[in-house]
Amino acid sequence: MREVAVIGVGMNRWGELWKKSHRQIWTEAAIEAIEDAGVDHVDAMYVGCMSGGLFVGQEHLGPLLAEQLGMGPIPGTRVESACASGGLAFRQAYLAVASGEHDIVIASGVEKMTDVDGGAATYALSTAADQEYECYQGITFPGLYAMMASVHMAKYGTTRKQLADVAVKNHYNGARNPLAQFQGEITADQVMSSVLVADPLRILDCSPITDGAAAVILVPLDYAKKMNADMVVRVAASAHATDAIALHDREDLAWLASTQVAAEKAYKQAGITSKDLSFCEVHDCFTIAEVMVSEALGLFDRGSGGPAASSGATALGGEIPINPSGGLKSKGHPVGATGVAQIREVMMQLRGKAGDRQVKNAHRALTQNMGGTGASTVVHIFERA
Amino acid sequence: MIGSARYWREIPQRYRYEAGKCTGCDKIFFPPRNVCSKCRGQEFETVTLAKNGEVEAFTIIRVAPSGFQDESPYAVGVIRLEDGVKVTAQITDCDLEKLAIGDQVSREFRLVQQDGESGILCYGYKFVPRG
Repeated sequence: MREVAVIGVGMNRWGELWKKSHRQIWTEAAIEAIEDAGVDHVDAMYVGCMSGGLFVGQEHLGPLLAEQLGMGPIPGTRVESACASGGLAFRQAYLAVASGEHDIVIASGVEKMTDVDGGAATYALSTAADQEYECYQGITFPGLYAMMASVHMAKYGTTRKQLADVAVKNHYNGARNPLAQFQGEITADQVMSSVLVADPLRILDCSPITDGAAAVILVPLDYAKKMNADMVVRVAASAHATDAIALHDREDLAWLASTQVAAEKAYKQAGITSKDLSFCEVHDCFTIAEVMVSEALGLFDRGSGGPAASSGATALGGEIPINPSGGLKSKGHPVGATGVAQIREVMMQLRGKAGDRQVKNAHRALTQNMGGTGASTVVHIFERA
Repeated sequence: MIGSARYWREIPQRYRYEAGKCTGCDKIFFPPRNVCSKCRGQEFETVTLAKNGEVEAFTIIRVAPSGFQDESPYAVGVIRLEDGVKVTAQITDCDLEKLAIGDQVSREFRLVQQDGESGILCYGYKFVPRG
């Protein structure tokens, strides 16, 4: 296996992009990544997209997008693992370069979610859960995470205020990210008085519906060093794990086993522990998710993710900043694009170009991208080469 | 849309609560599976799910998916049954403000949803407080 580097990134301003189509959003990000990398072509394309079919009625995205980029007839592959589609697309691109099959590969993600109304979007997202034995009963995605929160609160004493503090911190960071969907700060009182969606989760505990795309360029590490790239960032680890798709088929509803397994594999590959990370970008689709992920990654002891969120440990300037980008909560969550956007943020931080949200002395970072209620997790570790 | 064939083939589980018990290790699966996740056995006998259980997790759905809007707010929980199987189901005929983890509940046969305005009436299991 060859060592792999990331040398270019592209991402547009995320939000409700009514004037732009699925393919336009994607090509904007892809062109920017190619120009940023300084390459004149790519040998293969991977795109993460959860549900082109349900959101815009369009499947067969591999050839469609490769041709839109003017790169046909390169192999174009669409990758799906619900909200982890982007992270998994990056992993497939990584494996393609590491194996020697391809030299210059674009890994990307896209979701166009606002062409359908809220009910249809909710339905599309719910397909990441067990349709016959969860959704049939009237549960929603916020409802599934709310049940995880109910157990975490009962078992560990996690409080409503601690969950709110996750949202407050991520909106603070997102207010400093010019590409974020929501660039305004919020208070814990605002979170705790916002409308209830599924007890105990309120609307400001939830990530939004977003249109957006992100793309990055991967090459062998040796190539990157010769290419005079702005900053060479090495992929130090790539890991993927799965768990039961239905929450009720898991023994402990307050634990993300797939994240734990993927993270342990990634730390071993990189030869580090969680203490060696400068910061993390994680899958905070709901506030409780960030709390549980911070425990499963081993950043905090089991059950202590809530107090850690309130202590400032995960804020910019804290001992382990989480989601300097603003996370899914504030940056937005175009589901298939999220995992790639996390990697774009890591690149901005490691290059020292993250502006007002810059993590000081950032040299090594982890991304964690999760599908469904944690049935799939992709973890990557990056470091300055 | 659920559709008639898709609805019909789940009737043994939704009406009769039929589960599969692995003849190799006795682990019970609901719905039945082809392969046991514990011992990878492929032989199962049909057993009926336990009727009683306790609430392991719950939420109150305030923003309901399509097909359920007229029902909200309503409670949904993960119920741990006496035979060790866990299921997701609505908890009904209860005081939503007093519902708690650990509550004892019992299964009943109820209307669960309507498949659109002219589609099938979809039945299945819900749980009610026991005692």
